Order: sequence, then structure tokens, then C-alpha cells
Amino acid sequence: MKNLTIWEQLVEQSQMRWKEVLEATSVHIQLVFFSMLIAIVLGISLGILITRVPKLTTLVLGGAGVMQTIPSLALLGFMIPIFGIGVKTAIAALFLYSLLPIIRNTYAGIKDVDKATTEAAKGMGMTSMQILFKVELPLAIPVIMAGIRTAAVINVGTATLAAFIGAGGLGDFIFLGITRGIDGLILLGAIPAALLAIILETFFSAVERWTTPEGLK
Amino acid sequence: MLKFENVSKVYGDGFQAVKSVNFEIQKGEFLVLIGPSGSGKTTTMKMINRMEPHTSGTISIDGKDNNSYNASELRRSIGYVIQQIGLFPHYTIEKNIAIVPQLKGWNSKRIKARVNELLDLVGLDPKIYATRYPKELSGGQQQRVGIARALASNPDIILMDEPFSALDPITRDQLQGELISLHKKLNKTIVFVTHDMDEALKMGDRIAIMKDGKLLQLDTPEKLLHEPAHGFVEEFIGKHRIIQNPELMPVTDIMSETVVTSLPQRSPEKALTLIRQRKITSLIVVDDENKLLGIVSAYDLIKKLDDIQTIDEIMLSDELFLLNSATAKDAIIMMDESPYGMIPVVDAQKKIVGLVTRGSLLSAMSSQWTETEEGK
Repeated sequence: MKNLTIWEQLVEQSQMRWKEVLEATSVHIQLVFFSMLIAIVLGISLGILITRVPKLTTLVLGGAGVMQTIPSLALLGFMIPIFGIGVKTAIAALFLYSLLPIIRNTYAGIKDVDKATTEAAKGMGMTSMQILFKVELPLAIPVIMAGIRTAAVINVGTATLAAFIGAGGLGDFIFLGITRGIDGLILLGAIPAALLAIILETFFSAVERWTTPEGLK
Repeated sequence: MLKFENVSKVYGDGFQAVKSVNFEIQKGEFLVLIGPSGSGKTTTMKMINRMEPHTSGTISIDGKDNNSYNASELRRSIGYVIQQIGLFPHYTIEKNIAIVPQLKGWNSKRIKARVNELLDLVGLDPKIYATRYPKELSGGQQQRVGIARALASNPDIILMDEPFSALDPITRDQLQGELISLHKKLNKTIVFVTHDMDEALKMGDRIAIMKDGKLLQLDTPEKLLHEPAHGFVEEFIGKHRIIQNPELMPVTDIMSETVVTSLPQRSPEKALTLIRQRKITSLIVVDDENKLLGIVSAYDLIKKLDDIQTIDEIMLSDELFLLNSATAKDAIIMMDESPYGMIPVVDAQKKIVGLVTRGSLLSAMSSQWTETEEGK
């Protein structure tokens, strides 16, 4: 075996495997995209629900909190008996993992809307739905978006572990690099994953700014 | 217009916030609800648009039970202004005012025209303010928008929950004055909650005093001051209020009823003798029906004693007088213009009923003052 530096390894590996990297990146993006999509829809809905039904608040926030405390690798493992090995399991686990920041921020964002604003809205004859969509959600959007951004960044990192349950993605290279002792191969998975996280972070920050109502800036 | 019949509010934990309240408000009336905190005044107001549902009794608007309306519809037909203002921070001023018209489905042209009209009405230039956001406005300007918003769909009734108590004293005074003139101009029925007695006396056509969920007295400011129906009412109003509010004290309370009068044909010598006997400084000249003609001062009499035959030649004509419906405040203002320091008080037929002098004004005010001091 030749004695290459880590950079030489990286160059050699990427020349050899760039096609696979592109494929894996696309799988990785899909894992993040679908798990986030479900998490956003369900997270925001649950977040709204617990502002309306206070009895559920502790249960839902507590439940999502418990998910977060389970080590990500273990959570992937727990999912195998339900969904088997592969992409479905990975998406399910990533989804559960992304849920807490979204629910929590939706709840906090709505709860933080000035009571005077909602009282005025009600007093002027807005229905509960009108108050939600015209007042509470628009005012909570910046906080909700911050939750989604946090969830997305965690999600990209955690998705590398999906390789351990055969779901593919950039984790494959990291896994392979570790077992074969080729550091360059680890970087081949880690660098695109990190870039992806940075891109998502930047993207959601822009969305956050863009969705913040003019009067709040 | 608005009628409360045996209205009570009991919370789930058994707390009785409002206890069997009865009253009626006429159209165009400005009613102030006042009382210490926990008196049920705000709850009483909020039961009108069902922000707080009442638990027994009937509240009717124009003869119709307010429970028979859809709650949102009911609230859209009643203006609502709150202390914290509660403008939508993500809406421009224009959109904030347009909320209720929008809910009612007005077309955009009509809304636009109404918004401009209302901004003018509350003294904000639409060209400057329509497209601004609430945070760009001062507290006073925001509450002007709050009032405009409540007026937007032209409701007959407007509820105001301590709308000015978070503002600085100068802005508050200004907005109170503007609300009074708005009320005169628009003839809306206003229910106004406050804990500030000065504000209540200044604003209300009638004032309802509440304590521990009960309505103790509902009367005009004048009646409350002079005939408090309850020890608490008297205590709550405070006796010193009259000094601070001379406009609420009838002039007939401070005038002296013994007036030395004379017919105009009296000779100057006889007039002077009369003045000396009665130890006064001026004579009120009346005709044979006791109607006011003018005033003759002792000073002028002495000076012109030899030049005139009868006192009407040097009489100052009758321009300076007060009707018996006037207030102590009118007397104070007019006293400055009075050359002799005295103002005759007349009835509708211009017959003399009394006389206000600087001395009688001062003694009325000082007796109020000593009463207050003793009360402490």
C-alpha cells in the first residue's frame, strides 16, 4: 500500500468515485428533504394544536423531547423492526429527530404573539381561524423558520448515520473510510455533507428574513 | 339602545365578578364605568360584545338579546379599543384600520376611501401615515389609529377599555379632548372604562360607579358630586374634586342671594347713602320687574355726584351677567373681565337671582378646601 497524505488520498478517491459521490449526495438530499417535509407539516400542525389544547402541551413537547434524547444511531436501530432496512426507516428516524425544534418553535412563536394583538383581533370579530392565519402564524413565522433551520442542519448531519442501516447517502463513504482506514474516503463523505449543511443553513436564513413581516424588521 | 337586566358573571371557580347589574344607555350617550380594580367594570364592558360571556340576566342591544347574535358578527358591529392598543405589527396603518371593513367584505375602493376619511378624522395625514407600520408611530399616534380602527365600519356602539391610561399626561389630555369632540360630532354610544376619576368627570355624560361587582350609582357627574348615593361613592369621588372641577359646580351654589338693587331713577345722593348703609361697593340697577339693567359703582358715584340727576346716567350697561345655569368655572373666567369684581346672576327672564363677587367665589372655594383638609 502506498503511503499517501490525506489530501493525496482525497484527490485519488474523488477521481475514482466522483460519480458515486454525486449519486450519494442526491440520496442524502432526498433523505433530508422527505424527512424534513413530513417533520415540517406535522411539527407545525402539532405546534398549533398544543397552543389550542393546553392539556396536550406537556405530552407532545415531552414526547418529542424524549425522541431527541435517544442516541441517533439507536433510534435508527429501533426503527428497523417497524420499517425494515433501508430508506423508509432512515426517513422515519430522521423525521422523529427533526420534530422537536419545529414543534417547540411553532408553539413558542405563537405563544409569544402579544396578547393585546390577539385580544384586539378577537374583539374586532375575527374568528379563531382568522386569528391563526392572519395574526398568529404571520407573527410567529420568524421563530418557526428558525426552528426549521435548526432541524435541517441537525438532520443533514444525522443523515450520514443512515448508511449504517443501508439507506445510502454520504454516510456510505464515511463508513467505508472508517472500516478500510482510508481518511481521504471519510473526507469524501464528510465534506459534501458539511457543505450541504452550510447551504441549507444559508438558504433557511434567507427564507427566514424573507418571510419576516415588514413591520417586524 | 343598550340595556342590562339583572346581569351577572360567575366564573368557573365560583368568583362573582359582576352581581346583578341593571342599567340602560341611550343612543349617543357617553357612559363611563369606573371603580377600583376588581370592581367588575371591565368585565361589565366586555360582556357587551361577549368578550366575557355573562352567566345570567340579559344584555340587549336595540331590544335584541346579544346572545342571539353570532359572536364574531356581534363584535364586528361594535367598536373595540383597548389600553394596550393592540395594532397588528405586521400590518400597515392602512391595513390595520381596514380590518373590520375587510372582514365585512367591503370592496377595496370603499375601504380606501374610508381609511383616508378616518385618518383625517383622528388627525393623521393619510399621505404620511397610511403606509407606515405601527412601530414607527408614537403611543399617542398608535391609539389614534386604534380609535380610527374601532370606528372603521361605522358601528353605533364603541367600547373603550382604559384607552388612554398608558399614555403620557399631555397626550392623554389631548386625546381626551379629541374624543369628546369626536363623540359630539359622530353621536356614537360610547362605553368607556377608566379608574381615573378626573377622566370620568371630564368625559362622561353619565358615570357608573362600581365596587365588588355591584353598580353603586349611575348618574351625571354633577349629581354624583352633589348627591352621592353611597358613602363609598363620596369617598371615591373625593370632596376636593369640586375645586378641581369648578365646571361641575353650579354658580347658584356660590352666589350670595341678598342683592342690593335700585331703580334707575334714584338720585345719586340716595344711592350713595344706600351703599354706605349696606357696606357694599356697587349697586345693581333693575327695572320695576326686577330685571337687570346694569351696575353703578360707588367710586363712579362719588366722582360724578354733582354732575348727574339720576344714577342711570353713569350706569354700566347690562352686558356682564351670568345665567343661573352657569357654573363656578364660568364665574371665575368672567370675574377677570368684570370691572367691579362682581357679576349679577339672572334667570331666563333676566330677573336678578343673586350676585357673585370675588369674595363669594373665594369663600366657596376655601370652604371646599377646608372640608377636604378636615376629611383627611
